[in-house]
Amino acid sequence: MNVTRVVDAKGLACPMPIVKTKKAMNELESGQVLEIHTTDKGAKNVLTAWAKSTGHELLDYEEETDVFKFWIKKG
Amino acid sequence: MFKTLGGYIMTEKKKTTIVLLSGDYDKAMAAYIIANGAAAYDHEVTIFHTFWGLNALRKDEHILVKKGFMEKMFAKMMPRGADKMGLSRMNFAGIGPKLIKNVMKKHNAIPLPQLIEMAQEQDVKLIACTMTMDLLGLQEEELLDNIEYAGVAAYLAEAEDGNVNLFI
Repeated sequence: MNVTRVVDAKGLACPMPIVKTKKAMNELESGQVLEIHTTDKGAKNVLTAWAKSTGHELLDYEEETDVFKFWIKKG
Repeated sequence: MFKTLGGYIMTEKKKTTIVLLSGDYDKAMAAYIIANGAAAYDHEVTIFHTFWGLNALRKDEHILVKKGFMEKMFAKMMPRGADKMGLSRMNFAGIGPKLIKNVMKKHNAIPLPQLIEMAQEQDVKLIACTMTMDLLGLQEEELLDNIEYAGVAAYLAEAEDGNVNLFI
């Protein structure tokens, strides 16, 4: 996967992961992919809903030892 | 999102409006977390501060302005700025907020003053209710820069086509 940017939101609490993701997404062009790392347990629901509601596409999701990774394509 | 006849994609922004009446640290924190979250959700966000909620907008330094006796009393008794607010529960005469701020640091939660800053960076519209400012004797010089001053009509204008509307 061609990732344009990586957002490291590890250790950050609500609402920072979503605020940082949104900021980074603003700087991307349509079709580019953002990779997000977070340790926030609520992140899966939050980012899935966020991507859907803001018109982006959640491509993939991975969970490895307490770190959640997301790939979202800008809509 | 919808397509117009010309084929251009237009985005109709959703709106979130919050009335912050409370001057409690925890409640104001909830209001500002929701506001920041909603802004990240591409909503147009407005927080309408009234009564004790106005204290969230106070600058933390002492500002010299002309005040009557009652107004001076109010100014002394109310928290000067978001960081000095008390908790709605377990305040323990000011020890509660110190404890919770320590716990917040441990969990990387953002303190209220930074949440307010972040809201301003995200273009959340902060409105101070001028009627209650008069009641509490607060003047524009004492409140944060880059906020707006308005009354109930301004709030209703935003809220009537709002999607999320909270009273805290």
